[in-house]
Amino acid sequence: MADHQTELLKTALYDLHVELGAKMVPFAGYDMPVQYPLGVKGEHLHTRAKAGLFDVSHMGQVRLTGENRVAELEKLVPGDIAILKPGRTRYSAFTNDDGTILDDLMITNAGDSLFLVINAACKDDDIVHMRANLDNGVELIEIDDRALMALQGPDAARVLARFAPSVADLKFMSFAEIDVAGIACFVTRSGYTGEDGYEISVPNDRAEELARKLLAEEEVEAIGLGARDSLRLEAGLCLYGNDIDTTTTPVEGDLNWIINKRRREEGGFKGADIILDQLANGADRKRVGIKPEGKAPAREHTPVLNSDGEEIGEITSGGFGPTVDGPIAMGYVAIEFAAPGTKVDLMVRGKARPAEIVELPFAPHRYYRG
Amino acid sequence: MAKKFSQEHEWVEYEDGVATVGITDYAQQSLGDIVYVELPEVGKKLTKDGDAAVVESVKAASDVYAPLDGVVVEANEELDDNPALVNEAPESDGWFFRMELSDESQLDELMDEAAYKDFVEGL
Repeated sequence: MADHQTELLKTALYDLHVELGAKMVPFAGYDMPVQYPLGVKGEHLHTRAKAGLFDVSHMGQVRLTGENRVAELEKLVPGDIAILKPGRTRYSAFTNDDGTILDDLMITNAGDSLFLVINAACKDDDIVHMRANLDNGVELIEIDDRALMALQGPDAARVLARFAPSVADLKFMSFAEIDVAGIACFVTRSGYTGEDGYEISVPNDRAEELARKLLAEEEVEAIGLGARDSLRLEAGLCLYGNDIDTTTTPVEGDLNWIINKRRREEGGFKGADIILDQLANGADRKRVGIKPEGKAPAREHTPVLNSDGEEIGEITSGGFGPTVDGPIAMGYVAIEFAAPGTKVDLMVRGKARPAEIVELPFAPHRYYRG
Repeated sequence: MAKKFSQEHEWVEYEDGVATVGITDYAQQSLGDIVYVELPEVGKKLTKDGDAAVVESVKAASDVYAPLDGVVVEANEELDDNPALVNEAPESDGWFFRMELSDESQLDELMDEAAYKDFVEGL
């Protein structure tokens, strides 16, 4: 194994990961657990069967204050943030003047402020972008004294309710400031696995204590980034940097649903002219689910071909889905090949292998909507 | 004959003119859960240190190199249906392919078990 760079950052749970026997890898500047002794496949299946605890403290947590915060943030995202009631969370994206995606993020109306969770690899750029564009008295506060963990899986609610009974009533994409095991946390009923579950923002100095308490529950196993990736791919969720980036628009990325009705009418976000034109007239390509026939996985950058052998697209995330028990992928194809049921070929190691365009997700979402 | 090992974490067992090749226990542990193995076709000519097979875990695909020059005479079809055999029995039932060697003297360039053990400990 290659030596880690000395400058890698550590999350508040680093010592716990090492103690649990995690294999640590550099990820977005952090030394992160890619898997524990249970292994990627076992961790994936455990999360779908019971509950898994993920350290996602590498992600950025930001608070926006100031009375104009909603209108100012709406300049940078295509979502309707004004309509978000206190305690509600929305998935969105920062777009740029080209109509492409700078990052995807979670936006919560935390009452007196907006609470944002942004990607680790993008957070420095996102903060520069926000500071440069948010005016009219909006203040950006980087929250670097809190860890972030996710508890995901069908038993997540039962487990967390033992430490904070009120979390049982939270609905999917809702937020509350709740004491969990006596620790002041921000709890959102969300995640990135397709399962019911929570993301829990906890003060750094109490993070390990809370993680140990959750891991002591018999349903809970520690889950690494490897299974986080296979879980989100089965759930059809985008990984920024793979499936969406500054070369893809939200329309191409099949994220039309994040462009809310009022914003479609009013525009007023970066790249709105391009994005709204694509909404009206269609884009040339689209992100789709791709199911390889047979057992060979097709990884990112695998060319997608039509039946004449012409390249019509590329896989952006591909691997093995332990719950599906077979290879799964997503990627971009020319719009005329984007309909589910379309037969395509994947060029893996010089061989064209049959595959089919399919609906996402591969594993059904099991969110708690009340 | 006793097993020999390459620096790329393949093992070779040479008997009656045929070398059986697989990946080591260290290799399977590093790779994690194996979900797919692409084996060379019978008759394929392999070159020492050239591509021979591909082994895929949930997370990534990794190349397996030919530890010796030769021609493939058999591939382990068991792995098509049960790739996890590589995790369960990497240095026995989880073998990858068998080859006839072009140059038996290349075996001398591989490590014996004790040398491989030292090599792995130094990684």
